[in-house]
Amino acid sequence: MALLELDACSLRFGGLTAVDNLSASVEEHSLTGLIGPNGAGKTSVFNLITGVYRPTAGAVRFAGQSLAGRRPFQITRLGIARTFQNIRLFQSLSVFDNVRVAFHQHLQHHSVHSLARLPSFRAEESRISARVLELLEIFGLAKLADERARSLSYGNQRRLEIVRALATQPKLLLLDEPAAGMNPTEKVELTRLIRDIQQRFRITILLVEHDMRVVMNICEQVVVIDRGAKIAEGPPAAVRADPKVIEAYLGQEAASAAAGA
Amino acid sequence: MTRSQYALLAALALIGVVSAFSGQYNPYFLDIAVSCGINVTLAVSLNLINGYTGQFSLGHAGFMGVGAYSAAVLTTSFGMVLLPLLGGQVWLLFAVALLVGGLMAAIAGLIVGVPSLRLKGDYLAIVTLGFGEIIRVVLQNIDAVGGPRGLIGIPGYTSLFWAYGLAAIAVYVVWAMVNSSYGRGFIAVADDEIAAEAMGINTTRYKITAFLVGAFFAGMAGGMYAHFKQYIAPQGFGFDRSIEIVVMVILGGMGNTGGVILAAVLLTVLGEWLRQFGDLRMILYSLLIIVLMILRPQGLFTWSLPRRAG
Repeated sequence: MALLELDACSLRFGGLTAVDNLSASVEEHSLTGLIGPNGAGKTSVFNLITGVYRPTAGAVRFAGQSLAGRRPFQITRLGIARTFQNIRLFQSLSVFDNVRVAFHQHLQHHSVHSLARLPSFRAEESRISARVLELLEIFGLAKLADERARSLSYGNQRRLEIVRALATQPKLLLLDEPAAGMNPTEKVELTRLIRDIQQRFRITILLVEHDMRVVMNICEQVVVIDRGAKIAEGPPAAVRADPKVIEAYLGQEAASAAAGA
Repeated sequence: MTRSQYALLAALALIGVVSAFSGQYNPYFLDIAVSCGINVTLAVSLNLINGYTGQFSLGHAGFMGVGAYSAAVLTTSFGMVLLPLLGGQVWLLFAVALLVGGLMAAIAGLIVGVPSLRLKGDYLAIVTLGFGEIIRVVLQNIDAVGGPRGLIGIPGYTSLFWAYGLAAIAVYVVWAMVNSSYGRGFIAVADDEIAAEAMGINTTRYKITAFLVGAFFAGMAGGMYAHFKQYIAPQGFGFDRSIEIVVMVILGGMGNTGGVILAAVLLTVLGEWLRQFGDLRMILYSLLIIVLMILRPQGLFTWSLPRRAG
């Protein structure tokens, strides 16, 4: 069953069409890649799904529900979490608090409870703390729990963003260029981590990535877009051989050369 | 009971003991001490909006004015009617007046908050600044509360105990709200709104909560101020008053309650101490603030890195 469906989505900013009549679906428990050359509209697609932008036309459905008119925080509460291409951690909060705040949507309490500080409030707070530490432990960040997010190394910041997204307990995790700026060793490690996450948390992952090796290695299904429109879809091997994909990435000549060879 | 709640009770008890002997204190120092207490309440409540939640508001004096006038009108015009209903208890009348002042200010906070929360940064600052001016001009044109001449004959209910009792409660409320899983959301909103929304945080609700609570305590502090000076005038709640409170927050360190308390006390005392220089007073005051900001841009009492770079 498709967990996420994009139904003829378009996104226009004035005369510029960022996403053009895009239809695609992401199967439950799959690991799908969304690729395309620079400026193809990959991040715009993420912003459509998460409600940062509203589609000019078309609809996004998640688990059968339309996401139209929902604000980003509501979409997150339905079970879609994301990371950002340019890391967006809460810089002044500690590593621990970055993850703790993401548990927020599952909290029973609010402002009044934090003033009264009754035993039930404290029980919930310690339950959350335990969960946060557990998550940080899994990703090897527990010893950095009290550090400010901004003081972490680049790789750890990326990792923390993933942990923070997982803390919202998503059904669908959107990763926006998780391998950006990583060296080859870190990329191998990241590939392992993503696979591990998918299995351990039993979630669906949609991944935007530039690095072909990462995508070809882990994705079961790949959607290729160029200038906002879908140009190919299928298993990595088939997509890689598609002349339209080669053309989008390398230009017309390379595509005809590949077809001739 | 938690440790923080014991701390609040202990603080209130201490304030009670110290105030019990207030008859023996030098009245001049007592005056400054009460001013400090009121300013701590104002600065700590503004810190929830400007510091923790990162919504730059320049309208705090406006909220203070709404509270001051509401509370003062209640005790002066309706005091005789209400007092018998409250069993003749003056302290009860004062408590009711303060609460009404706080609630009126909170309503004003909601009215200004909801539409202006679509704005960010400088734009929000300008809108809240405009709001503060509107309040001042409206008060100036209501003859029933004295118009530009101000409101006189307000009973002097404020004492050391009241001023510091309110300050202690304001500190506790802001501290308890921010120090919880829920409360970390305020700082998350300040740090990165888009990321906060993406983590399931209802940013609008947090901002409105901050405005409501901040305005409520500003209104209470306004009521306290009115029954301390026993005279209020619209000019007292203008733009310069808002700036004064903002300076306390910035100097103390945005989002650092302890620092903001110290800065509020320091600036109040400094303002008084500089009186000996006569006409030069405000010039020296401004100069000192400029020097302090150059030397410690992250706030006087913030020892770690600035909370937000740039």
